[in-house]
Amino acid sequence: MFDSFTAETLARMQFAFTVSFHIVFPAFSIGLASYLAVLNGLWLKTRNETYLTLFTYWKKIFAVAFGMGVVSGIVMSYQFGTNWSVFSDKTGPILGPLMAYEVLSAFFLEAGFLGIMLFGRERVGDKLHMFATAMVAFGTLMSATWILSVNSWMQTPAGYGINELGQFVPENWWEIVFNPSFPYRLTHMVLAAYLTTALVVGGVGGLHLLRNRDDAPARRMFSMAMWMLVVVAPLQILAGDMHGINTLEHQPAKVMAMEGHYDSHPDGAPLILFGIPNAEERRIDYSIEIPNLSSLILKHHWDAPLDGLDTIPDDEEPPVAIVFFSFRVMVGLGFAMLGLGAWSLWRRVKGRLYDDRLLQRAAILMGPMGFVAVLAGWITTEVGRQPFTVYGLLRTSDSLAPVAAPAVAASLLAFIVVYFFIFGAGTFYLLQMMNKPAATPHLGLQDGPIRTAGTTPVAQTNPESIPGE
Amino acid sequence: MFELSFIWAGIIAFAVLTYVILDGFDLGVGILFPFADGEREKATMMNSIAPIWDGNETWLVMGGGGLFAVFPLAYAVVMPALYMPIILMLLALIFRGVAFEYRWRTERWKPVWDFAFFGGSLVAAFMQGIALGALVQGIEVADRSYAGDWWDWLSAFSLLTGFAAVTGYALLGATWLILKTEGSLQRQMQGFAWWLAAGTLAFIGIVSVLTPFQDPVYFERWFNLPGSILSVMMPVAVFAAAWALFTGLNAGKDGQPFLAALTLFVLCFIGIGISFYPNIVPPSLTIAEAAAPDESLLFALVGTVVLVPMILAYTAYAYWVFRGKINPEEGYH
Repeated sequence: MFDSFTAETLARMQFAFTVSFHIVFPAFSIGLASYLAVLNGLWLKTRNETYLTLFTYWKKIFAVAFGMGVVSGIVMSYQFGTNWSVFSDKTGPILGPLMAYEVLSAFFLEAGFLGIMLFGRERVGDKLHMFATAMVAFGTLMSATWILSVNSWMQTPAGYGINELGQFVPENWWEIVFNPSFPYRLTHMVLAAYLTTALVVGGVGGLHLLRNRDDAPARRMFSMAMWMLVVVAPLQILAGDMHGINTLEHQPAKVMAMEGHYDSHPDGAPLILFGIPNAEERRIDYSIEIPNLSSLILKHHWDAPLDGLDTIPDDEEPPVAIVFFSFRVMVGLGFAMLGLGAWSLWRRVKGRLYDDRLLQRAAILMGPMGFVAVLAGWITTEVGRQPFTVYGLLRTSDSLAPVAAPAVAASLLAFIVVYFFIFGAGTFYLLQMMNKPAATPHLGLQDGPIRTAGTTPVAQTNPESIPGE
Repeated sequence: MFELSFIWAGIIAFAVLTYVILDGFDLGVGILFPFADGEREKATMMNSIAPIWDGNETWLVMGGGGLFAVFPLAYAVVMPALYMPIILMLLALIFRGVAFEYRWRTERWKPVWDFAFFGGSLVAAFMQGIALGALVQGIEVADRSYAGDWWDWLSAFSLLTGFAAVTGYALLGATWLILKTEGSLQRQMQGFAWWLAAGTLAFIGIVSVLTPFQDPVYFERWFNLPGSILSVMMPVAVFAAAWALFTGLNAGKDGQPFLAALTLFVLCFIGIGISFYPNIVPPSLTIAEAAAPDESLLFALVGTVVLVPMILAYTAYAYWVFRGKINPEEGYH
């Protein structure tokens, strides 16, 4: 069976593994950075200590998660070259400058101001500290913008030509950056990041409310997170629907795999709620279907004909089962988030938001589900792009670096061992930090070098630190 | 229009140099970490770089990402050629990077993350030195891709440059700590810096003597006019920097040793640049050959010209915010 582990398979496994690990952290830090900026702003505006307590609490969690994101991201920036050098040579003229812009406009901004955000409040004063916090949040959003542009171009390439060396060369940068699927993907991802963070914050708030119903910071974070779900979950479902329609236009085979349409449906396609794809007989076993709903969703018309995978050449078909299941996981969780939001809204209207133990337990259960949904979404879109790296133009099998299978296998094994060790420990520390209530004055170890500022208001302990006040 | 690719070669060289001197000193702090005398000194050493290491390391992404952006062929050739050292460097940087946060989160595992900080810094430095040596030796290219064996990077010469990088980074780290600390830690580092400076200079000498023999092109470059002028000037400049370093150390100066050590690195970097030019991947890939089309170079250049000065400005500001001696009580944990 090990014969099937070619350099290509191994390189794909390695990329899938490292990128799946990585995506979790940006998804969390994009949302959390914005949340921190909001908390810091509210603290400056209202001088309500709960906001400062929350800022300090989540800042430490952010630092750990951000650190993990940075180190796993550096791996990604080199992996294009180590395992996919032919891809790099061919797409470099287009994707390279986009990634360079990500580094220049996002990574440096985040890294440059992170130190001031984490350590600098006393040194620079509240206003500059607020500026630094906002810059970190802005940097995470810029980073998402550029990397989603890169990914979208690989999915829906535009604005390029192909030169005599077989390289993709730029012809129109506007079309490259704002390629057809970019706005949908960016919106979908940023909303996903906000939902992911809201679920984590809501879960932590729920946990501490279960323990102490009067914990002011827990009440505040639970309330803020639930508002976020109420607003963003419906928006996300809308954005997802629009993204799906865009995908149908540009990557029909992916949507066919997502929907499980092996056969064409000239008179309107049913929505397959669930089933098990049978690749050999090319049908969905045990399917539960709603007639014509797929046509209604994708074409906004009850009887609209919908092509199936039978119209796609066999060697251009994505792996159906993975895409089919991951898509259902993502959508299912999306509706669960909507449900949680609606439930909280109903309890809030009744004035019982902090009293419903069942709601708090549900919030804890949903805490990590944003990560699951993000991963499922990425699996849907990335596996759905196969067998291409640049959709329709460059095959994955033609993108590989000339590296020997044993080298890729050895490095894959090393990545697996190191990642499970490092990120296992990191997750443990994160959970440990989240398990402590925000109200406690000392969040770190009792005997660690604990700074007084940040846990008590700076203005009271060190009035000289705020210039101009 | 060959100018664009040469402007870009200059920008990439600047990014790599900035990386080497910035992450060089904070990797050096990691290499010296085991010599810290107790928890208080450990905290001081780590806190001296905690607010800035992340920004420093971003220059590594800029170097790699920039290469991908403007010299995709060089990127596509170098990464597989240096597969093992790069993967090991990345893994080392993972351990080191998380140690900054993890060591404060646990008592029982603190020694593990302290070791991760030290080991990660050491291995990352060693692998960077090896990668440099392997590049200087030359990389086999055929048909727009790497054509050598996947152990080619390992040689006596690349091991030598690996040890040289570790020693040099440790020197940068020691002189940084002289600048940022006081008392017994500073005195200890002054002692270390003296020996590390001697070691670094010895490595510079050996590597400089061996480099021209790695490739006839290098030999030509250094021992024919106008290269010979540089062959005379470079040792003089290195000697001047070394003199400034030792006198600074002997006089107990705070900043002079660090600046002198940085100057040594800049000089070495210029030396490598002289050897390589006009190649980007010696011996066979030139800057012009490896460059992306002009449309790509121009598009990326517009942003770079605007953004790099801004980056330098706020990076400098961040350093200025955290200026002065380190207070070991400070830190946000």
